[in-house]
Amino acid sequence: MKEEFLSRLAEIVGADYVSDRPEELYLYSRDPGAQKPRRADGVVMPGTVDEVQQIVRLANREKIAITPMGAGLTLSALTVPLKGGIVLDMKRLDRIIEVNQASRYAVIEAGVTQAALRAYLEKHHPGLQHSTPESPPTATIVGNILIHGHGHLTPRYGVNSQMVNGMEVVLPTGELCRLGSCSVSPKWFSRDPLPDLMGLFLGWLGTTGIVTKLSIQLFPKPAFRDLLLFSSDSVELIPEIIAELSQINLLENCFIITQEKPRWAQHIFYIIVVSGQSKEEFETKKELHNRIFQKYPDKILPVTEEPALTPLRERFLGVPPFAATAADFRKGGGFEYTGAILPIEVIPQAWRSGIEIAHKYDLLYQLGIQLLPNGHSVMLAYSYPFNRAVAEEAGRARGALDETNRLTLELGGIVWKPELPAQKLILEKMDANTRQLMDRIKKTLDPNDIMNPGNWEVT
Amino acid sequence: MWLIRAWMEEEIEWSESLGKILYACTNCNNCVQSCKFPFNDEIVNIITATREEVVANGLVMPKVARFFRNIEAYGNPYREPRENRGRWAEGMGIEPYQGQEFLFYVGCVGSFDEKGQRAAKALGELLTKAGVSFGILGSREECDGNEVNMLGESRIFQMLREKNSQLFKDAGVKKIITLSPHAYNVFRKEYPGGLEVFHYTRILADLIKEGKLKPTSKLNRRVSYHDPCFLGRHAGEYEAPRQILAAIPGVELVEMERNRENSFCCGGGSANFYTDFFGGGENSPSRIRVREAGKSGASVLAVACPTCAVMLGEAIKDEGIEEKLVIKDIAEILGEPVSHQ
Repeated sequence: MKEEFLSRLAEIVGADYVSDRPEELYLYSRDPGAQKPRRADGVVMPGTVDEVQQIVRLANREKIAITPMGAGLTLSALTVPLKGGIVLDMKRLDRIIEVNQASRYAVIEAGVTQAALRAYLEKHHPGLQHSTPESPPTATIVGNILIHGHGHLTPRYGVNSQMVNGMEVVLPTGELCRLGSCSVSPKWFSRDPLPDLMGLFLGWLGTTGIVTKLSIQLFPKPAFRDLLLFSSDSVELIPEIIAELSQINLLENCFIITQEKPRWAQHIFYIIVVSGQSKEEFETKKELHNRIFQKYPDKILPVTEEPALTPLRERFLGVPPFAATAADFRKGGGFEYTGAILPIEVIPQAWRSGIEIAHKYDLLYQLGIQLLPNGHSVMLAYSYPFNRAVAEEAGRARGALDETNRLTLELGGIVWKPELPAQKLILEKMDANTRQLMDRIKKTLDPNDIMNPGNWEVT
Repeated sequence: MWLIRAWMEEEIEWSESLGKILYACTNCNNCVQSCKFPFNDEIVNIITATREEVVANGLVMPKVARFFRNIEAYGNPYREPRENRGRWAEGMGIEPYQGQEFLFYVGCVGSFDEKGQRAAKALGELLTKAGVSFGILGSREECDGNEVNMLGESRIFQMLREKNSQLFKDAGVKKIITLSPHAYNVFRKEYPGGLEVFHYTRILADLIKEGKLKPTSKLNRRVSYHDPCFLGRHAGEYEAPRQILAAIPGVELVEMERNRENSFCCGGGSANFYTDFFGGGENSPSRIRVREAGKSGASVLAVACPTCAVMLGEAIKDEGIEEKLVIKDIAEILGEPVSHQ
């Protein structure tokens, strides 16, 4: 990267917040997942929205690619540049600007982390919570939302990207734009009833603009909360149970999991999170859910004993749930999963095939379903831990991921937050006119093709 | 961790910038405490082991090398003559250690830095007033080696440990009161057994409880307390300093948002009080910390570590808030109302 370009960046943000030093580029050229490193040429950390705009205008003039990044925790290398250029690290934009107690929303900057908002709400608005994903506390709220992330309230209230009331976006050509009610009002309280322009930025993997502020809906924090745990060995029964759960529609969250190690986990576990504002509401919900599972005494049993009871409670009772306590991570710290957004009816086949794929690549199977809103679909996560120090093992994980992604698409599902190979598979399968529409939107918004280029690349 | 592995596997080369990242770690132990993974206890050890590798490869940063040289040659990082080590106590009537119940181990910062000396003097006066049987080593005192150990210079650390251990043995030392939590850390964890080691805040809290120190006059100050990493997270002592402050009439103790296990480091550990890899910029840890203290509404920021006193004392100057906030060691704060005893 040209020295002059870096100097110009330094003039915008200050020399401390620009780097092309090898050890820093090393970190920005990879993520914790299984994808191979790709070189970033520089990194810049803006501290204000105005600085973001200046950087974007400069990058347009110089035709330098920009890859926006929150915490860089997608695991599918979506914030690792595909075509070089600079990583735009948004961590310094970390202000919680407003919490509206009555209309229950928070306006935050792009670098605000899950932990920061959670701690802020606990201190200043203890009756409110946001939908928190099963990710490290350093994950950013905006990053999670922009990839259509899920949170602990998703089954009840929606995918996290559905909880957005408004956005402030720096367009790829540098203009600042507000979307939602904040475009006509000082209040960031609603996405409707205007044309829904937020769809131009959700799920686009940073190819259409840079979200600098966002309003996220908040929800009441219940006084009572507990888990109901059941185990089964019948894969075929899963769709029926989901239908039953959707019928009463009273749960807060629901996971369905299995994993090869430890040995006790080689069953299908239903983890139902029930919450309530009053004791009566809470107990009623528990009773109604218990009744569902009691209908299948030969196929489903409550989990009341060790060794399963404590690990499941430790993993799932907290907010966010803590996957690492139960995950059988390999020595070496590598971990990637592919999330399949699936229709309900294909779950048994997806489940069985996932186990077969893991074994084919000599990996341990680890499957986890989270119910999506109202039980209309699920996210089935196929996790492949690997030893980062063993390249061959990381290669096997990549092979398993690719085959799983193909399976997902064959079953009529869609790969969530797809890494580059999966994006290509999706685009191949996509309706041609839809593909062209995506391309036209990208070219209209980003005429110089500087925004995270290579992602969702149609032509 | 990624960078350490990348360097070990020769994916990146050693550079000044990599050195700054490695040496800027203050060993504050926050990562150990916060990390949920089973290897959490090893994180700080991995940093230290990497620094040992840096020493073994002759790649030590010049500022760190100077710190090592000074400690080896002078027994302190400031290149001060050894005979000046006990000068802070002149005229105070503090006796040399000669078999008293406690050795008051002062340490390098307490012996030579002006802020450290104020704390040492205040503590010396309090111990005297309470009738504690204690003495100091004066010019015989040697660096405790905590920072040298954290910086990976195992040869110099072993030399210091052997020298100090022999000195303690020859002098008949059984119980030590340390001014610095850094010395408290290394004496407890890295020195041979047989020594009872106390941080001074525990001693003072007990003396107040036993009625041997009676803070009587009112201070009328709003005080916040900064938990030092090597007393808090490394040793689990959060209460003694607060007990002392709570015993002083008129002190209103206000907590900063980050306190106890979640305390925010002053940035001085791993010899950063000397090497200063953070620099004094507005985002340096010490400046962030004094801004947090300011937000708490305190007019006094109490510390229990001479290194913290140095770092935070500089930070209030850089922030231009000396008129609003003063940094004081707990011994100094307690000294005022006790002086009327």
